[in-house]
Amino acid sequence: MSAGSLTATAEGDYVALAASGAWTAERAAELERIIEETSRRHAGARRVDIDLARIERLDTFGAWLIERLQRTFATRGSAANITGLSDSDRALMEELRLVNQVRLPKRAATNSILRTLDSVGRGVADIGGSFVLVVQLFGALMLAALGTIAHPTRLRFTSIVHHLERVGWRAVPIILLSTFMIGAILAQQGIFRFRTFGADMYVVDMITVLVLREVGVLIVCVMVAGRSGSAYTAEIGSMKMREEIDALRTMGLDPVEVLVLPRVIALVLAVPMLTFLGSMAALYGAGLVCWLYGGMAPQIYLERLREAIWLPTFEVGMIKAPFMALTIGLVACTEGFEVDGSAASLGLKTTASVVKSIFLVIALDGVFAMFFAGIGM
Amino acid sequence: MSNNPPVISVRDLVVGFGAATVLDRASIDVFEGEILGFVGGSGAGKSVLMRAIIGLLPKRHGTVEVFGSDLAALNQRERRAIEQRWGVLFQQGALFSSLTALQNVQFPMREYLRLSPRLMDEIALAKLEMVGLSADVRGKYPAELSGGMIKRVALARALALDPDIVFLDEPTSGLDPIGAAEFDELIRTLQRTLGLSVFMVTHDLDSLHAVCDRIAVLSAGQVIASGPIEAMLASEHPWLRSYFGGKRGRPVQRRDARPTQH
Repeated sequence: MSAGSLTATAEGDYVALAASGAWTAERAAELERIIEETSRRHAGARRVDIDLARIERLDTFGAWLIERLQRTFATRGSAANITGLSDSDRALMEELRLVNQVRLPKRAATNSILRTLDSVGRGVADIGGSFVLVVQLFGALMLAALGTIAHPTRLRFTSIVHHLERVGWRAVPIILLSTFMIGAILAQQGIFRFRTFGADMYVVDMITVLVLREVGVLIVCVMVAGRSGSAYTAEIGSMKMREEIDALRTMGLDPVEVLVLPRVIALVLAVPMLTFLGSMAALYGAGLVCWLYGGMAPQIYLERLREAIWLPTFEVGMIKAPFMALTIGLVACTEGFEVDGSAASLGLKTTASVVKSIFLVIALDGVFAMFFAGIGM
Repeated sequence: MSNNPPVISVRDLVVGFGAATVLDRASIDVFEGEILGFVGGSGAGKSVLMRAIIGLLPKRHGTVEVFGSDLAALNQRERRAIEQRWGVLFQQGALFSSLTALQNVQFPMREYLRLSPRLMDEIALAKLEMVGLSADVRGKYPAELSGGMIKRVALARALALDPDIVFLDEPTSGLDPIGAAEFDELIRTLQRTLGLSVFMVTHDLDSLHAVCDRIAVLSAGQVIASGPIEAMLASEHPWLRSYFGGKRGRPVQRRDARPTQH
């Protein structure tokens, strides 16, 4: 089959165009250039004949290009006739005569400064909007919680235990491992720096305060947000995509009570436990490094630990844990409900869930730091 | 119709999962320019056969020839060339959820053809209009479209590269009778306009009657019969009799008995 081509014979304001060869998808890019050039070169033509008799193969692409050529001449006020159309191609040409008749509105051009300002503005509004959504879900969650207090049988105990196993029990190994390593690293760095001015012993005080007040709970929350928060968002999001949440609603069930409440309760119970375990693992790791790297006997380490741990230090970390768990749970579930139909939005919302909950956990930690300083703990 | 050469020719195809054999030496031909309706009970393996032809499922035995060449014997490049000549409409549409209707139709063009953005827009819009959608749907995402619209956009995507063969997996399932009849009409029109060969898996007796030139029946892993609908209705085979003669089959027969009354 020969390649598609278009030959032109001009006589004054009359042009005879003859198309031949294959006018098909594979050659469409080249054919488009050919028809554009032809219509430009014969811009002054008043009468045009387009002969299709020698076309060997015509598909939608080729037919549309011929239709476009004809329309280009028509908009200039010159009549273009199509001749030599075979019976098999006639239906296709007639079909294409009907399409693309509506002029699509051109998108208004905006300048880049306005576009940037626009997206910044929308971004800020979105932050406000997503905060409102979290607060809304918090309200709905409290209502659902009150409802289950009034009717304790409505509390989904099995579901809570199931989620507790997933976000608590199964997270224990990785939480222990990472906090153990953080404790060891802190101890090594502390010993290395403190040794230069002979204050090795105070490493234990530093580690105690850091681990019990801040690092233990933060590391656990970051791990939980990445591990369980993302899972919550993905689960609720895909349920939203498949209309399972609508199905729950039509059965007279409250999605917040059925889906969110057990998940958040499980997180609020699991995170303090994980924080405790994580802190212990960090202190253990620190002790091991003090012994093996710093040459501090375990008995001395334990002695120092006993002196350095002041009950409020431990309490501060543990008090923060459930609030941070609540934040992670609320953000994760809110983002899950925000998923719309597309696969991309599921990914987007899962990312947003993890990023937002980690950020909020850190911000909340700052607020707590000021609060505890205020009340002298 | 059967004077034309077959575009698809399946011989002794065996496909199974684990210990179960779904297709047991099934053979079928699709001739150029015909609409073949492919029927069988639920779970009989209609979709499995379609998927085995287009290469989504591995076969254990047998040959699949498309346009006269054995698919198993082709290298990657030759296979690509064949794949560009068929389009597939999946049962649920299988539109890409993160692309708009227009982008979905443009997707195969973007992959295989080097076209200017203007031409790509025009062709994709033309295809959307040819399947009976207005230009307003172009910016909509699949989640914003109704079931019938999704099927139409999916059909437009299947037709994006102007294929020679179209595989339709239950094109009218989930559509109301009016929508289904319109879709049948659309398939018939497109088949005539574009000169397609159509392989249609269906359960819809009305579709079989309205648009199919020939019907093939799958039962117990084999194609037990093929021919025009009249032959199917006249058949003595027990499965065929219960399929076409059952409660749902009767209207088709009745209409067939009084062809002049309109």
